[in-house]
Amino acid sequence: MEGAQTPAAAGGDGGRLLENVMYFARTLRAAGLPIGPGKVLAAVEALRAVGIESRSDFYWTLHAVFVNRRDQRELFDQAFHIFWRNPKLLERMLGMMLPEVVLPDQQKGEEMSRRLAEALKKPGEGEGDKPPEEEIELDAAMTFSEREVLRTMDFEKMSAAEIETAKTAIRRMTLPLADVRTRRFAPNPHGSRTDMRASFRAQLRSGGFMALKRKSQRRRPPPLVIICDISGSMSRYSRIFLHFMHAVTNDRDRVHTFLFGTRLTNITRFLRYRDIDIALDKVAGVVEDWSGGTRIGETLGEFNRHWSRRVLGQGAIVLLITDGLDRDAGIGIGAEMDRLHKSCRRLIWLNPLLRYEGFAPKSLGMRAILPHVDEFKPIHNLESLSELVAALSRPGPRRLEAAAAWRETG
Amino acid sequence: MSLPGSVSDTLDLLKRGNYIADRSLATAVYLALSLGRPLFLEGEAGVGKTEIAKVLAETLGRRLIRLQCYEGLDVTSAVYEWNYPRQMIEIRLAESGTEARDTLEEEIFTDRFLIKRPLLQALEPAIDGPPVLLIDELDRTDEPFEAYLLEVLSDFQITIPETGTIRAEHPPIVVITSNRTREIHDALKRRCFYYWIDYPTAARELEILRVKAPGAAAALSREVVAFVQKLRANHDLFKLPGVAETIDWAHALTQLDVLALTPEAINDTLGVLLKYQDDIAKIQGSEAERLLSQVKAELAASG
Repeated sequence: MEGAQTPAAAGGDGGRLLENVMYFARTLRAAGLPIGPGKVLAAVEALRAVGIESRSDFYWTLHAVFVNRRDQRELFDQAFHIFWRNPKLLERMLGMMLPEVVLPDQQKGEEMSRRLAEALKKPGEGEGDKPPEEEIELDAAMTFSEREVLRTMDFEKMSAAEIETAKTAIRRMTLPLADVRTRRFAPNPHGSRTDMRASFRAQLRSGGFMALKRKSQRRRPPPLVIICDISGSMSRYSRIFLHFMHAVTNDRDRVHTFLFGTRLTNITRFLRYRDIDIALDKVAGVVEDWSGGTRIGETLGEFNRHWSRRVLGQGAIVLLITDGLDRDAGIGIGAEMDRLHKSCRRLIWLNPLLRYEGFAPKSLGMRAILPHVDEFKPIHNLESLSELVAALSRPGPRRLEAAAAWRETG
Repeated sequence: MSLPGSVSDTLDLLKRGNYIADRSLATAVYLALSLGRPLFLEGEAGVGKTEIAKVLAETLGRRLIRLQCYEGLDVTSAVYEWNYPRQMIEIRLAESGTEARDTLEEEIFTDRFLIKRPLLQALEPAIDGPPVLLIDELDRTDEPFEAYLLEVLSDFQITIPETGTIRAEHPPIVVITSNRTREIHDALKRRCFYYWIDYPTAARELEILRVKAPGAAAALSREVVAFVQKLRANHDLFKLPGVAETIDWAHALTQLDVLALTPEAINDTLGVLLKYQDDIAKIQGSEAERLLSQVKAELAASG
């Protein structure tokens, strides 16, 4: 490694490379990668260590510093090739587009990076393809009687104002899942195990007899994964359920939310926005198959392949919200449901159609799902939602048993 | 062995340990070694994440300290624990004697009674240089442990309330692996050099087989690699076979004296390659035959 070729020179007289790396980092940041000043310093340090004799080493050195997750690789790759082929390109672009505007240097930098960020966005990822959903905000404080009527009213039959009121009620819902034991311990005077360390320290402090301190296993709610159908037949419900999912996501950690119609979309990140309107706007921006057809088998297959290992890892409870009406007539659902059932702690199927008296799961899709669920519950009004909340807060019956009665009728 | 001086040296070093790496991976390894920061490896199961740490320890002549993560991993099994039975005996002895009680506390919380677990061991000075610390499958632990690791990995120091802070004079070489069963927090990743190990290309995989399964006939290796690559490319399998499975399969076929793949040989040994019954059922029989004939045709065409 020769001194002239290393960016170490950048330290002294402020070489172009240092400046460019900083510039590049800012471009990446604008494109959405979490890159702070610390990373820029790390990148310069790394380049100093590796040297910049070859382009591929240069690439992978920056890659090792700037990329933190697998899905950032593509963005990095594109940005790298655009930026390092011709960093001037951006300036020229700016010059062409805004000839009359003269900006001070710093602002120019920011403006250009934003441009690049937009250029880097994959088609379909950008916002604006779809007009954001209209949300009518009504600040409706509920009276008691109103609430009583609304509790049993079907979501489908509610007026817009009633739906708003229901949404307010849902916003206050929490989902107290039955805790499961972890393998960690916490001090507990009635615990079943002896905490030797605490005992020793207490004895040394006080002297005399050793009073045994006790500990017990810590408990914690399991992760929750919600997979919700947003196809045409569910459209009336899915908006309401989004509110429910938003309330649950913001109430606790380890919640993952997916929507599916003809394809699967992970919306966990968007639902984390505290403000429901921002969250729903973001969701509307990424989901492309609102109120379309349903392909349950295929989307569940996609979930199993790409997500199940990542989100079902620590004994998750899965809520599957769908009416079981499938465009592909139930093809492939059985095998995928079986796989899903085997990968989670508990699989609960929520079906709004269950509200009808004498409902029998006759459609092919439903018949394919039913053998693989642990519980089968209605979800169509506020009451069934709160019943669900109650059911989830106590340990349920043995697996598969709660849905057994339905299997016989079906 | 001293640390490699460049990316090419690192590549050679790994090769000496029978590890065939891409240059991109060697860059990340070299950065981690020369800048003293942890190397964070992610990738599907069986692509050789853990192996890197083993190879580094072996070729650099360092001790390998492995911390296998699991849910509920805590300080007593990852960092240190006090040896309570011995402390108890010590207290009894002290009580029978006339020693002053205030010196007792100092005595029983000393090195003598400390059981050192992997993380603490890794900070201790070693004769042949700082050890290689492998933190395997970090995604299996929970977030509190991850948060604890932050302190250890950024400052290479551990605080024991009873005695004080232990600091590594020379930080160990840290390799962290994750199967991505959950996302590791950015705060931890930020302190590391990140690399995603992908499935190798056919040429690279063949090279790996040549080194790892030298007993297998050349023609068989080519067929094995082509078949596995086909499985990875075309099929909706729940669990794709990794490099480890390819190597195992080549070994298994060699043990059975198979010189060239046949449908029967595949059906008999498919369990080595695929680990889920649904996947095996999908491939076994006609599908395997179809893939095999494709593989043979392609190999014949390429000479």
